[in-house]
Amino acid sequence: MAYKNFKFDVDADGIALVTWDIPGRSMNVFDEVSTQEIGEIIKQTTSDAAIKGVVITSAKEAFCAGADLSMLEGMNRSYAQLFKEKGEEAANQMLFEQSRQMSLSFRAIETSGKPWVAAINGLALGGGFEITLACHYRVAAENPKTRLGLPEIKVGLFPGAGGTQRVPRLVSPQDAMQLLLKGEAVNLTRAKALNLIHAVVPAADLITAAKDWIKGGSKAVAPWDEKGFKLPGGPVFSKMGMQMFPAGNAIYRRETYDNYPAARAIMSCVYEGLQLPIDAALRVESRYFTKVLRSKEAAAMIRSLFLSMQELNKGARRPAGVPPTKVKKLAVIGAGFMGASVGYVSAQAGIDVVLVDRDQESADKGKGHAKTVVDGLIAKGRMKQEAADAILARISATADYNVISECDLVIEAVFEDRKVKADTYAKAQPLLKSGAIFASNTSTLPINSLAEEFKDQGKFIGIHFFSPVEKMMLVEIILGKNTGDVALATALDYVRAIGKTPIVVNDSRGFFANRCVMRYISEGNEMLLEGVPPAMIENTAKMAGMPVGPLSLQDEVALDLGLKITKATEADLGPNAIDQAQKKLIVEMVEKQGRFGRKNGKGFYDYPEKGKGQKSLWPGLADLQPKQLDPDTLSVEELKQRFLVVQAVEAARTVEDHVITDVREADVGSILGFGFAPFTGGALSYIDFMGTKNFVALCHAFEKKYGSRFTPPKLLEEMAAKGETFYGRFPPKKQAA
Amino acid sequence: MPEAYIYDHVRTPRGRGKADGALHEVTALALATVPLKSLKERNNLPENSVDDVVLGVVDPVGEAGSDIARFAALNAGLGEKVPGVQISRFCASGLDAVNFAAAQIMSGQHELVIGGGAESMSRVGIGASGGAWPMDPSMAVPAYFMPQGISADLIATKYGFSRDDVDAYAVQSQQRAAKSWDEGRFNKSVVPVKDVNGLTILAKDEHMRPTTTMQSLAQLQPSFAAMAAMAGFDAVAIQSHPEVEKVNYVHHAGNSSGIVDGAGAVLLGSKEAGAKHGLKPRAKIRAFANIGSEPAMMLTGPVDVTEKLFERSGMKKSDIDLFELNEAFASVVLRYIQAFDIDNAKINVNGGAIALGHPLGATGAMILGTVLDELERTNKETALVTLCIGGGMGTATIIERV
Repeated sequence: MAYKNFKFDVDADGIALVTWDIPGRSMNVFDEVSTQEIGEIIKQTTSDAAIKGVVITSAKEAFCAGADLSMLEGMNRSYAQLFKEKGEEAANQMLFEQSRQMSLSFRAIETSGKPWVAAINGLALGGGFEITLACHYRVAAENPKTRLGLPEIKVGLFPGAGGTQRVPRLVSPQDAMQLLLKGEAVNLTRAKALNLIHAVVPAADLITAAKDWIKGGSKAVAPWDEKGFKLPGGPVFSKMGMQMFPAGNAIYRRETYDNYPAARAIMSCVYEGLQLPIDAALRVESRYFTKVLRSKEAAAMIRSLFLSMQELNKGARRPAGVPPTKVKKLAVIGAGFMGASVGYVSAQAGIDVVLVDRDQESADKGKGHAKTVVDGLIAKGRMKQEAADAILARISATADYNVISECDLVIEAVFEDRKVKADTYAKAQPLLKSGAIFASNTSTLPINSLAEEFKDQGKFIGIHFFSPVEKMMLVEIILGKNTGDVALATALDYVRAIGKTPIVVNDSRGFFANRCVMRYISEGNEMLLEGVPPAMIENTAKMAGMPVGPLSLQDEVALDLGLKITKATEADLGPNAIDQAQKKLIVEMVEKQGRFGRKNGKGFYDYPEKGKGQKSLWPGLADLQPKQLDPDTLSVEELKQRFLVVQAVEAARTVEDHVITDVREADVGSILGFGFAPFTGGALSYIDFMGTKNFVALCHAFEKKYGSRFTPPKLLEEMAAKGETFYGRFPPKKQAA
Repeated sequence: MPEAYIYDHVRTPRGRGKADGALHEVTALALATVPLKSLKERNNLPENSVDDVVLGVVDPVGEAGSDIARFAALNAGLGEKVPGVQISRFCASGLDAVNFAAAQIMSGQHELVIGGGAESMSRVGIGASGGAWPMDPSMAVPAYFMPQGISADLIATKYGFSRDDVDAYAVQSQQRAAKSWDEGRFNKSVVPVKDVNGLTILAKDEHMRPTTTMQSLAQLQPSFAAMAAMAGFDAVAIQSHPEVEKVNYVHHAGNSSGIVDGAGAVLLGSKEAGAKHGLKPRAKIRAFANIGSEPAMMLTGPVDVTEKLFERSGMKKSDIDLFELNEAFASVVLRYIQAFDIDNAKINVNGGAIALGHPLGATGAMILGTVLDELERTNKETALVTLCIGGGMGTATIIERV
């Protein structure tokens, strides 16, 4: 029988070799055809008496990267359709049956009565790893790049094809929870140590080893189908289980704030499933999988964190007419912390970097930063010396501006001071080689105002990195009104080259990300001035899904810097442009109390010396509050909502202002740029999934109680009236894959 | 509605709940039998005169499983027609058993009923009966499950009780308990546990440390801090009460209830039943109530149930001469005192579980008896008995001398 996605060969010993090789794709994935054909292959091999066993492998570099998540979109559409036609129960039933097809297929492998061997030639993730777990034997080819794992949790799903059942039947509950809840893949050494795979052999011997196992009288029975099977962690209700599960539940809450239904479902699948025989356990897993598929969190996370992010990374916003560009040499002017980090991540991506500063010493200091970073990685065993040497060799430091003439891209990261910047531009501009692009890494000054210092504004663009650059995956590209297509294409190609995700926004004070973040920070200050206990401000922010509390965030950024920005804004736009009460609070902190934030060990928090305990909220904050509210009279839910709503309504304003022109960018940008509650799918998806009407109603309720910062923009009112969503009204352009 | 009268009550001494505790060698059945047999003998109850035996046992598994109440009743020689039922409402089981017994009488369906409890913590082990609450994510997560000690520390944190506050309370409990033993206040109601030859195994509570001082308690490390940090319960506590920056860990073995073995029982009956058997009523059950309370804080249920009980019974704080609140943890009592502004001289006047120990399923019946003895000793009228309960509940009973 011929298959589209698999080669099927039976050898003289009656062993079928099933080689996965989807035509026209670089990776095997569980798409519709593969899923269906695997089902047919199982039927065929099970019923054909001549076939003694099956080896499944891949002709690609990887074994299988997992499920094709766009397949879920189809399932969601038929769900919505059926829901409308026949009601929720019928739709749920359909989804339950459809979404467990893979699980049933894999179980059919396990119970086929014929030995199946997974010959794992490379990376196997998600469903690709789950199918191997259903095979009776797993042998992997030696390959330092191979990773095995179940990353579904990262997009709001969980391994629903037996992963939550087979993993904790193979490894201890603690290890199983790590694999399932963190979604981190393991290398072959670790996989072997965990008992996830049986053997590792030289790549050339992979298929022979797989077939030898079948020929050597293998048993086509999973351990859990044998009588007397014992769970690696003992029964759920045993001494070990009673230690494991209560702590597991608590740690789940600590890590997720109970915001991630998929993670909770994993906990339930393991707890309930380990008390059941495998078939019933798989059925329970399928029930939870259906429930999670129906959750808005899964839909939102798949859309933003997988599909949209992939599209943006592939250049969804790149002007089509510009041929591919390549930055071979980059100049970074200003080798301070930010500039040095930009230099480092660029050199790491293979770009030659020259750090330029006013004197050699300052420039060298920037290069020193790169040395510190790689030394740290080497000490942790996460980088080899040769790799480090290669990176450092690509970075040079100088005080001589003339090097700029050799560079394809210049990024300016000097002080946030118009005059300093203007001087820099005046010096650099004449040196730019033809076709080269000049970018500013400013975070506070509007790009158009800086562009005015530039003769050829078409070459001028904002490339805004987030701190710490090494960790933050987002780069905001800011278009001035005269920025040209080549500049944009160059910036996008560069961001792609350094492995970060770009969003492209139009100019505005604070651009996109900082506009929203400022709202978040000031909401925290508002609460403080209202009399909410400081700990409650910080904790409810994190419970809402934010990575860092607003007071803590201000300490990290530095309060004096925040004050400087506030004062600059006031100077530029007048006293009504800022909140005077908040300014007074920060003036008190900075100018009267000398509390600058983490950098001087005292801000909203007190910071003990390193190794001498944890930071704690400064008790003096109470004296800065006009009054103190009784926490028992406050609604935790409302505090949480305020944090997200105030940012989301600002995000909506950026759409109305045309700062954001692609809704995907607001969502992905809000998650990657400032950690906006990832389970919501981002700041606009938060509105869409709440329902625009509900969101606007909530805005009005908060507007009444807390003021005009919650007033929804006209755009939102209009959308609410028409029952529109952002993704409905502004459908993102789909690219050909 | 018939009244439910209390005719008598007894308890065993409380043995240290460890392998070296005196009662460790005594089976759960034998332990549960002691107060039943004593009630029968002290009150000359004829065979088959009791309509039901309700016993609280929190971990009814192994030798304490399978409705130990029936078999303890048989073992005590109450007669084969005397049935038994085992109940659990965690730490309040013993008081609930008394209330259930009273309810049978007040409803007019039964005449003479024993309510009590027994817990052999050294033999069965706390938590031995498992349960969904800490284990099943679908309950543990939304209910903010955390070990009770952490809830107790959360109470101390939220309501502002310092380490010194809780330690001072613990010292007082030890001193009051020691004084009560010294003055023989418990003699009337504590019956020794004896072996098969009639030899005494234990005659006096053995968990007490009368020499406890603030200094000696200061040596003890908080019991729950390390576990809370490692197992994630810190975060659970804070998420349940986000106004708390960090939990102040103040509880340790010296200011928490002791783990002990013990059993207690209360004989209740209608007026007619008392007359029939020549018994003199000592008090009546004036009112009782149960309530669910905030599950994370968990141990503040006594406050909620007392409010409910006052409202339902039309009584108020000033009507109560003595309060008896189980000393599960010092902060539980301090919070109760704070909530109602109770005079320290009116609550737990003979010490409590910090000094004497808390045999989970038995304690409720034991402390009801203790406070009744105290009412009689000091010639007072009314007492309120209450306990905090796992999962966030409260049970309370008001008794009144007759």
